[in-house]
This record gives sequence, C-alpha cells and structure tokens, in this order.
Amino acid sequence: MAGVAMDLKAEALAGAKRYDCRDAYAQTLEQLAEQDGRVCVVVNDSVSSTKSKGFQAKFPERFVNVGIAEQNMVGVGAGLANGGMLPYVCGASCFLTGRATEQVKVDLGYSKWNVKLCGMSSGVAYGELGPTHHSIEDLAWTRIIPNLSVVVPADPVETAWAMRHSLTHDGPMFLRISRMPVPRLYPDDFPFEFGKASCVVVGDDVTIIANGVMVERAVLAAGLLGARGISARVLNMSTVSPIDKDAIVQAAQQTRGVVTVEEALRNGGLGGAVAEVLAEHHPAPMRMLGFPGVFAPTGSAEFLLDHFHLNAEGIARAALELLGEAR
Amino acid sequence: MSAQSSPILPALPEEAAAWLKHQANLIRLSAMTMTNHANLGHTGGDLSSSDLLCTVYLGGILRVDPQQPTWPQRDRFLMSKGHCSGAFYSVLSARGYFPRRQLGTFMDPLSMLNGHPDRNKLPGVEANTGPLGHGLPIAVGCALAARMRQEDWRTFVLTGDGELQEGSNWEAAMTAQHYGLDNLVVIVDRNRIQQGDFTEKTIRMDPLAEKWRAFGFAVEEMDGHDHAALLQRLRQLPFEAGKPSCLIANTTKGKGVSFAENKPAWHHGVPTLEQLEQAREELGVAREEMAGMEVAPWQV
Repeated sequence: MAGVAMDLKAEALAGAKRYDCRDAYAQTLEQLAEQDGRVCVVVNDSVSSTKSKGFQAKFPERFVNVGIAEQNMVGVGAGLANGGMLPYVCGASCFLTGRATEQVKVDLGYSKWNVKLCGMSSGVAYGELGPTHHSIEDLAWTRIIPNLSVVVPADPVETAWAMRHSLTHDGPMFLRISRMPVPRLYPDDFPFEFGKASCVVVGDDVTIIANGVMVERAVLAAGLLGARGISARVLNMSTVSPIDKDAIVQAAQQTRGVVTVEEALRNGGLGGAVAEVLAEHHPAPMRMLGFPGVFAPTGSAEFLLDHFHLNAEGIARAALELLGEAR
Repeated sequence: MSAQSSPILPALPEEAAAWLKHQANLIRLSAMTMTNHANLGHTGGDLSSSDLLCTVYLGGILRVDPQQPTWPQRDRFLMSKGHCSGAFYSVLSARGYFPRRQLGTFMDPLSMLNGHPDRNKLPGVEANTGPLGHGLPIAVGCALAARMRQEDWRTFVLTGDGELQEGSNWEAAMTAQHYGLDNLVVIVDRNRIQQGDFTEKTIRMDPLAEKWRAFGFAVEEMDGHDHAALLQRLRQLPFEAGKPSCLIANTTKGKGVSFAENKPAWHHGVPTLEQLEQAREELGVAREEMAGMEVAPWQV
C-alpha cells in the first residue's frame, strides 16, 4: 500500500463538483504527445466518445482511425509499437475488450508489445443501451492475461496520473476509463504508486476495497458505518493486475472482514482477485459486491448501480452483515 | 549502419534463381526433418511457402541485419501463417539469425522453437503468430509507424489463402488502402488447400485477385515457385505508387515432394524416416548438406 493514507469524510463529497474522467484522459494524452513524439492514437470511429478531437486536431499525423474494426485496431497497435511508436488504442471498453480478446491476449499480452489499451465508458456507463453495451465482463477478461497490467482510476487526478505513468511503464496496459461523473478524491500531488492500493479512509473494523466509480460510493458507505460506530477502512485498488497482495493481507489481519465492490461482474474481477489472495494467504470473512451473473436490465448507470445495491446503503449493509451487526 | 545483403546470392539472374531453388529445397528438407523430429508440424504449407521465404530472405529483398535483429531501420517481415514455422525457422537460420543445430530442438520441451513463433524467444521473429488473421493488422501498424516516423523501411507479410477467411484481414486491408500504405506488401501463399480440404470446396476464395483489387491494392498474380520472376518483381516495389501491394503467389501445397503434393492430408502430415529419405532424393539434396542439424536421420 502506498505510504500516504488519506482520511476522506463522506460529508466532504456532498455537493462536490463532478468530473468526466475522459477529460483528464484526453488532456493528459495531449500533454504526453507534446513531450514524446512516439505517442500516437488509434480509434475505431470513436473520435468523439474517446474525446480524441483535440488530439486529432493537434497531431493529425499521429492519429489513426481504423473505422469500426476492433480486432484490426489492436493488431495495428502492436505493429505501431513494433515500429517504434507508443500507441494508445482507444474505444468503448465493451467492444475493445470483447471483440478483440484474442488480439489482446496474443498481440499484446503474449507478445509483450508496449501498447496502452484505453477502454472508455466502461461498466454500465451506457446503461440505457443495454447489455450489448455494458462492459462489466472486461475486468475478468483482461486481468487474467499475463503481462497485461490493468488499472481502473477513481477520479480525474488518478486518471491523469495513470496516463502519465503509462508513458514510462514498459509493457501493455489496460486503462479502464469511465464516463460517469465522479468527484475529485485526491489532491493533485498525491503520490500514487502503480500496483499499490491507496487508503482513502482510515479504519480498523472492516475493509471496503473498491476501484473506479465505486470508490466514491465506498467512502459514502464508510460514512454510514461511522454513524453506527463502525470504523471502515476504504482501499482504492486501482491496479487490479498486478494486485496489491500486501494491502489485502494487511486488511484481513487488521480488520474483521473484507467487502469488495466494483462496477463489474462480481465473478472474476476485483472481488475475484482479492478472494484469490485471501484464500491462499489469509482466509477471512468476505462479501463480494458487483453485478450478479445476469445481464442487467436497461436503465441509467445510476439506476442500475442502485438497482443492484451498488450504493452507499448496499455496501454498508454488506459490511454490517459481514460483521454480524445487521439489523 | 546498413543492412547486410545476403552473402552468397550469385549476381547473374539465372545463377541466382538456381541457387535460390536449391536453398529452398534445403529449407524443405529441413522443415520436414523438424516435423519428423517433433512428430508435429505443417508439411504442406512449409513446402508451398519455401520458395517465397527463400526469395525474400536469401534473395536480398529484405533489408535486415541478423547480427542486429532489432535494428530500427530494418524491413519487417511478418509470418502471418505462423503454423508454417518449420520453413520459417529454417529460413531464419539460413539467413544467419541462429545456428542450424537449434532447428533440431523444434517443439522440444522449453525450446526456443515453439510450434508457433515467439518473438521474445527467437531473434528475427517480428510478431507472435499462429492464430490466423493476426499478421496483416500488425503489418499495417508497422507500415503506419514507418510513415509516422518518415522512415523508408518496408513491411512484408506472408499469409495463407485459407487464412484470408478470417475477417480481421479485410479490416486491415481497408485501413491499408485508406492510408495509401505503399510501403506494405502482402504475399498470399495461394496453395488452394486448408486444413480440412481444398479452399474452394471449403469456402470459396475466388476471385481472390479481384477481392484485393476491390480493397484498393495493386495486385499481381505470379507463379510462387518461379524464383527468377519473383526476384525481379519484388525488386521493384511498390507495384503502384500510393497503393499497398498484393502478390498472389500461386503455389502447390506440398511442392517438391511427390507424395505430399496437392494432398489435403499433408496439411499437417508427418513424414516417416523412409519418406524423408525419398524427399531428400526428390529434392536433390545431398546428405552432407544436412550436416549440423544433429537430428535423425542426418546425424553424422
């Protein structure tokens, strides 16, 4: 776990300004392109949904639109890396990961090409569009591929950090970028570490491990628990692969149980990764929150998260059940 | 620095063709020997593609330096039909990327010579291929990189014909034509047989040249076993300025070995020792020429 722990208060998030992390992604990418001539972008007709218009206007010679062709776009990324460029391959996460899974496995993971996959509008951001456009399988699909690092930033500050880190990170990465508005959680100078969880709420009764858009909800859940005299630790496990084993084991040792919560299927994603660590190294009571193994109905992202109890109340209830204090 | 040209290619065209023909037969016997050793392999495609591989690697078409396999200015060659690793590894070894004795470890436990090529294990391999339809998208990315970097190296990719049933190839073809990648050359090993049967009986590929033309490529159809003609044509690239090139090489699966020629069963047939000996005679290769492979039956 990173050395610096924060202790966010739920009240501080009330009414906070909200941000679309794609903006931090796009702004940082343009800065990286200015400082490094290898940076280039590949999109699948997704110029506006990946917020790439600015990059395209500033660096047209380093911008490739392959059209609606995800298998090709990942292969093109591998070839650009072979040719000495540093490609950011960007598209809606549901198609980028699902349609090109074999290319992600073979052309990136197995081949170890230095390509950054940017899966946009992940989770249920496209809630109303239905399960075809939900991307809740992507964490399970990507985190099991050897050599592929998986990062799920929680706010615009962490998104910008992840992008800056990706420039010097040698090897393929999957960056999961949501479009659901989230508040700023971190100060600009927060010392993020790749592969390390960051503690955003200090506590020692129970641990909530979250990432992405769920970190805010985990902080709110910690507030509800605090009102009942329960001190919850909230860890932002933004790097899902490689997972921060030490922070997980420490949480199991220092608190009475672990609740994971993710905007993804609860099978195979963050919860699965945490469960694998605990089962082998420190078995502990656990609850895994995420979408159950069903195709979600139609509805806004907010509606769907509430519908599946992936909100402050649902997380707090799971923690109380875990501690045997539910009423 | 500059690339090494192939050291022994004779200058006279007729002599060069004859030399390449014999080199290709050495590659053929080498690949069959490896397949016999591993009891696995893809004999039919190894034999159909040997002349193409030899022309490109040993005929001085590719600007590469085996002493510096990651030289940034090298031409890229992507072996999209990665299952024909027997012929591919043999030609890489002949070009000087690694010693011939290593070929005798083909598919052995922990060998650098996987059943399908691994760039992280073997020098000269540009991409990990094996599942079909991966090479052309990667090649398009390479060609785009050269364009972005304003460098003059070129990208070659060898695909099978059955392989073109994978849709990713046509996605990549559209990108290549849209960006006018005339630094890209697709060579199709048109041997007309895929794993289960003849291509035209499995899923019709013809008219293949018209398909590539419709996708914006400058297309030439040639005899994929005519070294002189291949050398001459591949020395004048691109086929047409502003367009990616496609060479449809009409070949015979199992070429050069009577019992394997044009037989679907030899797609991944494994030769016996007796068949290897017969192949050696038909290919006109002397036993001594296989020295260094250190595998039966050529062990000294």
